[in-house]
Amino acid sequence: MSTTRRSFIKTTSAAAVSGFVLGFYARPSGPQGRLLAAEPFSPNAFIRISTDDVITIIVNKSEMGQGVYTSLPMLIAEELDADWTTIRIEPAPVAPEYAHPVFKMQITGGSTSIISSWQQFREAGATARAMLVDAAAREWDVDKAKLTTDNGHVVFGDKRASYGELAMAAAELPVPTAAPLKDPKDFKIIGTNVKRIEGPSKVDGSAEFGMDISLPGMLTAVVAHAPVCGGTLVRFDASKAEAYPGVVKVKRIATGVAILAKDFWSARMARDLLEIEWDDGENGTLSTESLRAEYSALSEKAGNVAEDEGDTAGALAGAAKTLDAVYEVPYLAHAPMEPLNATAHVREDGCDIWAGTQGQSIDQMVAAQITGLAPERIKVHTTLLGGGFGRRTNFSADFVAEAVQVANGESVPVKTIWTREDDIQGGYYRPMFLHRLKAGLDAEGLPVAWHQHLVGESIMAGTPMGAMMKNGIDDASVEGAAHMPYAIDNRRVELTNAKKRLTVLWWRSVGHTHTGFVNESFLDEVAHAGGHDPYELRKKLLADEPRHLRVLDLAAEKAGWGTPLPEGRARGIAMRKSFESFVAEVAEVSVDNGRVRVHKVTCAVDCGIAVNPWNVEAQMESAIVFGLTAALHGEITLEKGRAQQSNFHDYPVLRMDEMPEIEVHIVQSSESPTGAGEPGVPPIAPAVANAVFALTGKRIRQLPIRI
Amino acid sequence: MISLNINGERREVDVDPQTPLLWVLRDTLGMTGTKYGCGISQCGACTVHVDGAATRTCVTPVATVADTEITTIEGLGADAPGGLHPLQQAWLEDDVVQCGYCQSGQIMSAAELIATTPEPTEDDINTAMSGNICRCGTYGRIRCAIKKAAAAMRGEAVTK
Ligand code: FES
Ligand code: FES
Repeated sequence: MSTTRRSFIKTTSAAAVSGFVLGFYARPSGPQGRLLAAEPFSPNAFIRISTDDVITIIVNKSEMGQGVYTSLPMLIAEELDADWTTIRIEPAPVAPEYAHPVFKMQITGGSTSIISSWQQFREAGATARAMLVDAAAREWDVDKAKLTTDNGHVVFGDKRASYGELAMAAAELPVPTAAPLKDPKDFKIIGTNVKRIEGPSKVDGSAEFGMDISLPGMLTAVVAHAPVCGGTLVRFDASKAEAYPGVVKVKRIATGVAILAKDFWSARMARDLLEIEWDDGENGTLSTESLRAEYSALSEKAGNVAEDEGDTAGALAGAAKTLDAVYEVPYLAHAPMEPLNATAHVREDGCDIWAGTQGQSIDQMVAAQITGLAPERIKVHTTLLGGGFGRRTNFSADFVAEAVQVANGESVPVKTIWTREDDIQGGYYRPMFLHRLKAGLDAEGLPVAWHQHLVGESIMAGTPMGAMMKNGIDDASVEGAAHMPYAIDNRRVELTNAKKRLTVLWWRSVGHTHTGFVNESFLDEVAHAGGHDPYELRKKLLADEPRHLRVLDLAAEKAGWGTPLPEGRARGIAMRKSFESFVAEVAEVSVDNGRVRVHKVTCAVDCGIAVNPWNVEAQMESAIVFGLTAALHGEITLEKGRAQQSNFHDYPVLRMDEMPEIEVHIVQSSESPTGAGEPGVPPIAPAVANAVFALTGKRIRQLPIRI
Repeated sequence: MISLNINGERREVDVDPQTPLLWVLRDTLGMTGTKYGCGISQCGACTVHVDGAATRTCVTPVATVADTEITTIEGLGADAPGGLHPLQQAWLEDDVVQCGYCQSGQIMSAAELIATTPEPTEDDINTAMSGNICRCGTYGRIRCAIKKAAAAMRGEAVTK
């Protein structure tokens, strides 16, 4: 048994070891695939130190642009006192020790990567450091308390030993149960701007995404899906498709008809030649207009109670002034830049999957069900993800499951690719929502009552997470609407779960995508109706919320809130706490020929300690662009159950010519770090909509914004 | 057989002449730096240079580019110091990329821009780059990096 295995066994079970070793020796894939021959020191599942000083960090979160391949290793490198230039990374295989500490499975989402790994990764680094120090102390025969570490070395007086030199000896030592963590004031790496580890591979074309996997004998497949979500296959004639050059096989699978060919183009062309009869099922009559009417009617009835503070009905009845509004948001596709795909090789004794996935554990479970193999025989090789935004994991592991079905029974690996049209029309959407609101103002124009009724499909209902719903409340629907931070004494928030028709899914910032827009816009209505400046009203209502106040004030100050603007421009403000972080944004807009132009966005964020400030800034910019796309353009509409949009020509996204100037200000904080990938999204739509109102007097109650 | 000149190398391919160059590069030749994003000339992920002009390969039948000079992301920096075009260097300096999937196409579009317009204005950048989608929203950093690379190519001091 190798030293690597021996040292690893100290912390984990034997079963985990084989999974671990097989996992990372199976295939040196990806830009990060620098496999090394001798890696004697593996103090825990996340670190390997080789004799040539290379430190490999095994990262159990997926890199989809949010920067985890850099920020998570920074946590270990900090406590290890490592030389950053010696750090390499490797994606983790599926194994119990790589499960998300909170979700108890391997998954990347909810802006939780840093939050959930903050303690675990730093402890892993501190433990390894302690063992290296111990090894040096024994070697030099000095008290280990007298030793220090610096940039990948243990130091005593003028003696220095590199971690590589100590690796063999450290591997023989017991793993300490606890090692002290640094005081944040001593951080040297955390809090500095560190460039992406995988950056170079992404500028020279060598980065390996799921789409780029190529294996000996591999076939490529596309699948003809039902045009209506929930539709079923009646019959098909594949004779013309089968005759298309390059096509190897046409077969029926659970989700439709798969065409396996020697390359993508042959499969894609042959798919057009399939003659298929579908039964649209009950969604075949669905239209956006019929859903809007249905949701509107439901919103006038009673819903499940998500929050009930004070006496909202009484306060409304006694209010000096009341306001009413209905807000609506459409279905949205995620449209990650890399179309969905996964590659599977199913054999009698095992199955390998290569995928840009956010949910390895579910992929493994679902693949086991499909193939009849034991879960530990399913290896998931995580590639880089060309964007995720929530689309690359769900309870059915849909696109991975489909790839496994396509490959099941084939002797060769098969890569299944979704076209962009398959993606936009695939029925996996941010749910459409309608909110009906009422507010009551007192004689000073301050809100004393807030009543809100949300209607939309629940993401959790009907899934394994449905059990978490209490009293019919899906937190992913009402987050940010229930339990607002604003001091309004009487509040009632109700939710009606509309009949579930499509496969609605989390979409970057989930419930906050609509509650952010609705609540922050309606609060703006309240401010104007009560004769208050929207920023000043928020300040007043947040008097007891210091972290909210701080970002609100910072954004307003940096944007020059209240200072004059050129003719034809106006500002809007909005803020939100989501994923434990606080973000306020001010948008500066003009309207030109019925088109909203966003000139500048000023963003203030408090996400606790910013582990990699440059990346936090990038995530805010990214989230603002993502949210602006939804605010200005995003809309999936249905007619006869079919999505009316299919690709970027009719599902437009923000481009360079619409890109505003973005200024990001990060609050200096010593609090533990919180989410960064999503919290920048929710405030942007209301900030823009509120600016449009300030400029034109037209209140935007429906997205995308139409003037 | 169709004869292609890619990154200075002659490659013979035996494919349907109507096959888009994108899939010949990716599936026939295994050059996966050029990406598929939309297939209808809307996103720019598949951009390469054909005789120096930024071209969407997803809608370019391979037969139409026989005997042209094709440059892909893999060959862009071939003649530059360190194998990196000034744009690629600027991209790294500014840590432009996020998921990275769009970036080959972004860099290829930008490379044509600064080759033809050594001192691009905001409008020049908007015109040249608005055919390239980035779902991660890296446009701001792309804009800075283009200016930086253009300045470097003009031999000027790099200012941010
Ligand atoms: S794939 Fe060619 S432009 Fe999108
Ligand atoms: S970096 Fe992800 S799409 Fe541009």
